[in-house]
Amino acid sequence: MNTAELHRKLIAVARANPPGDQVPYAFEKRVTALLAARPLRENMSLWIYGLWRAAVSCVAITLLLGTWAAFQPATPAVTGDDLSQNFENTLLAAVDQTDPTP
Amino acid sequence: MERTEAELIAAVLKGDAASFEPLVLKYSPRVFATARRYARRESEVEDIAQEVWLKAFSKLPGFRGEAPFEHWLMRMTVRTCYDFLRGHQRNRESSFSELSEPESDWLERFVTQPETLTDNADAARLLIGRVLEKLSPSARLVITLLEIEDRSVKEIAAITGWSVPLVKVRAFRARAEMRKIVAKMAQDKYL
Repeated sequence: MNTAELHRKLIAVARANPPGDQVPYAFEKRVTALLAARPLRENMSLWIYGLWRAAVSCVAITLLLGTWAAFQPATPAVTGDDLSQNFENTLLAAVDQTDPTP
Repeated sequence: MERTEAELIAAVLKGDAASFEPLVLKYSPRVFATARRYARRESEVEDIAQEVWLKAFSKLPGFRGEAPFEHWLMRMTVRTCYDFLRGHQRNRESSFSELSEPESDWLERFVTQPETLTDNADAARLLIGRVLEKLSPSARLVITLLEIEDRSVKEIAAITGWSVPLVKVRAFRARAEMRKIVAKMAQDKYL
């Protein structure tokens, strides 16, 4: 078979038979309706995209801080007291320092 | 009074989306005809046409009016069709062994009585469709624009956004690819 001739013949067939240009009924109405619905969808997708990015950033920061806190060497307390006692002392420091005599 | 194309575009750019409808009505036949060169199913053709118009609407602020709107739109249509081809390469692996009877008959007649063949045979249309489907997206685009639509290399470069040397290289490769596919079709039929 002469494949070069077959090639030429097939191209000639494609040239002689251009595709039809018929458009489905009310296609332009469909496009206009899609365009009208588009700004709302675009706004929503913008919000969704922004919120997802914020969520991902928050998770990343949490993981980072969590890892940092987990591997941080524990520092011994200076006085040996617990946190609640230190807090109470600090809060009542002013009262302790006031002179009880009139 | 009917508004001109420039007036319609200006109105759309000012926010009047309804002015886009006459443009869709006027140019959709060309968009559909182009899309039918690259997609077989009518649902795919409609999807391409719809995407072209949505893109055209969103990119309209970038249309400077230096070239006619139709040229700008057709460039966008061809590029959308190319994207479609790149995303739908499912039919490229099938063989030619499952040719229909009319297609086989047409090939048979091509060998035995080539002078009786006409360019309008449905079977031949199906055959060229099969061959084009097996081409790579860039080869199909180049063969369609260069050999079937008879466009110049410069025109193809403008439409596709490729450089002139790249179009020439791709045209050379596309012709070789098509020759190979046609030879395979002949081999599948007669071996």
